[in-house]
Amino acid sequence: MIKIIVLIVGLTLIGFISWWFFGKHAVATETANVENNVQKVDVEVNGGYSPETVVLKQGVPAILNFTRQDPSSCLDRVVFPEFGINRELPKGQLEPIKIDTSKAGEYQWACGMDMFHGKLIIK
Amino acid sequence: MSITSRFWISLVLSLPMLAEMILKPFGWMLPGGEWTMLVLTTIIMAVSAGPFLQSAWASFKKHHSNMDTLVAIGTATAYFYSIYAMITGQAVFFESAAFVTTFVLLGQVFEERMRHNASSAVEKLVNLQAKEAEVLRDGKFIKIPLDQVVVGDEIRVKPGEKIAVDGLITSGSSSIDESMVTGESMPVEKKRGDHVIGSTINSNGSFTFKAEKVGNDTMLSQIVELVKRAQTSHAPIQKLTDKVSDIFVPIVLIIAILTFLVWYVFIGASVANSLIFAVSVVVIACPCALGLATPTALMVGTGRSAKMGILIKNGEVLEEVNDINTVVFDKTGTITVGKPEVTDVTGDEKRVLSIAASLEGASEHPLAAAILAKAKADKLDVPSSFDFKAIEGKGVRATVDGQTAFVGNGKLLADFDISADMKQQMARLQDEAKTVVFVGLGDRVIGLIAIQDAPKSTSKEAIAALKARGLKTIMLTGDNERVARAIANDVGIDQVIADVLPGDKADRVKELQANGKVAFVGDGINDAPALTVADVGIAMGSGTDIAIESGGIVLVKNDLRDVDRALALSRKTFNRIKLNLFWAFVYNVLGIPIAAGVFFAIGLTLSPELAGLAMAFSSLSVVTSSVLLNKAKISTNVAMA
Repeated sequence: MIKIIVLIVGLTLIGFISWWFFGKHAVATETANVENNVQKVDVEVNGGYSPETVVLKQGVPAILNFTRQDPSSCLDRVVFPEFGINRELPKGQLEPIKIDTSKAGEYQWACGMDMFHGKLIIK
Repeated sequence: MSITSRFWISLVLSLPMLAEMILKPFGWMLPGGEWTMLVLTTIIMAVSAGPFLQSAWASFKKHHSNMDTLVAIGTATAYFYSIYAMITGQAVFFESAAFVTTFVLLGQVFEERMRHNASSAVEKLVNLQAKEAEVLRDGKFIKIPLDQVVVGDEIRVKPGEKIAVDGLITSGSSSIDESMVTGESMPVEKKRGDHVIGSTINSNGSFTFKAEKVGNDTMLSQIVELVKRAQTSHAPIQKLTDKVSDIFVPIVLIIAILTFLVWYVFIGASVANSLIFAVSVVVIACPCALGLATPTALMVGTGRSAKMGILIKNGEVLEEVNDINTVVFDKTGTITVGKPEVTDVTGDEKRVLSIAASLEGASEHPLAAAILAKAKADKLDVPSSFDFKAIEGKGVRATVDGQTAFVGNGKLLADFDISADMKQQMARLQDEAKTVVFVGLGDRVIGLIAIQDAPKSTSKEAIAALKARGLKTIMLTGDNERVARAIANDVGIDQVIADVLPGDKADRVKELQANGKVAFVGDGINDAPALTVADVGIAMGSGTDIAIESGGIVLVKNDLRDVDRALALSRKTFNRIKLNLFWAFVYNVLGIPIAAGVFFAIGLTLSPELAGLAMAFSSLSVVTSSVLLNKAKISTNVAMA
């Protein structure tokens, strides 16, 4: 009897994991506010990036303020392949990263191990 | 708290449990038994493994998972089950949680150090920069910090000093060690009018130069920028792992639950044993090695090549190089020196040359430059000439020393006399791929000047090395077939495509691409379209903006042998990436079934501790393999610089 209960619990757990990780979930998106001709977005790094998608205006100088709260060494760097940026994020410190917004498009950023991803949309 | 201190805490607290594990058969028991274990492990879980749990929870809330998720679930399961087992009086396995934490942290400590090593190439380049410069301000030379130097500043460089920025020598001369930027080991002689590169080292002389490029415009800054981009770029092969990491962890969790269910429900093992199998699966499956495989190799490979003066732009180029079967070369400036030189003079050498120099003095034709250079080198007195007249499409005529003199090409022969002997010499010179210029006085040809753009001394060796690699070599040139053919034979090129207009080069490369992937080697200015069209564009020398923009690989030195070195390095790096990925995959693919107890029947199992150790080793081995790329022997047929 107990084995059947364990089996049901286990299968439910599998179902939950599939739904939680593979199901469609809303992604936090933020559009930058332009102030004094500079657009700034704060990105918190904790188990991933929030917001995960950042929308920037083309042609306006932009700064992304990364702050790492997460203790994992997985997230100790942030890499923007298209911009040649590979920056260390010391834990708990605000790290401003300048983004060249002259070309419109969609760009990816990732952690140093390429496990966590964020998206940058310039339009 | 740093990873290192977390590691030491967990190691020290794990040792008593390790001692018990080893000494148990000899009758030694840990004082306090399970209670001591509980206390030790609780501290480890809170201090050393705590950050794993924290990070796992943070990403779980965002529907993400990472390696910390696996470590956290693995250790937490072992820990909490052991507490339950203690209460109900069953066997505990606290030590599993403790050992796994220790091993995972051990792996991370090493990995952090290795990753730092791998990324140090750029820092080393930046550190090459001079810190200050002696600049002329208000009539006096004063030392100022580098960032205050502006374009147009007059800068004095003493023996042994570093040259601050890029510029042009205005007075003095010296030999300069440019190895840090170009990879060229021999010092280069520089005098007034020559360009100097910032961050190179002046050896014996002193000179002043005018700053032309400062800050981010200097050659070194551009190289640094390029290397940075290459190191952060993604190789297409990596796209696989991009996707894998996101779905991998949840799948592993599912496999772990299935493992438990199969062992407990269907086979009928005890809860403890079933859990051990499940925990092993979770621990061994960490995908770190997979994620590290490409970026670390890319970083080390591009860093090493940059030190040799070979700049590889991105990971995509590395992959393309592997499939190249044809290398196309531009002729002038790539295979040849790019400066036509006088090779032979027939007749009365001095007189022929001085008359030719006199008539060509005002011309801007490249052949004229060669004649003037020769006259200057021979320190000839060049007589003055007047009454210039162009002979349409044939040459020029003027009056020198009261006589009519002329210089021009073969079409002049219709108007003037030439001896049979000279005619023979003309044919011989033309067959040697030399352009022949006729010099005459009155109505008679008095001498011939042969001019040739000679191949670089290293071209032959470079081509031979590429052919030894099984590559087809083709020369593309605007020159006529005869001259091109002679040069090609000289350096050993397989095929010649001559009489190509500069604008058609790209189209010719496209045609060749029908037969396979093509690399194009050019000097970057008029070759820019062809460099872009080719699968791999290799820009030679100069390091100008255009070259850097259009080439996938930039050779800082003007040495054709670097083409072979670049190909060798790219292949090596790409093969290392493949090797890394292979081992990372194999490790996970083989490790999971073993950990799940599939091979239990033949006695092959993995305890959670061993799984943790194996995991630590896998990421460590991948990073080590990448760092070793720095030392790896590069198989090339040319001498390494």
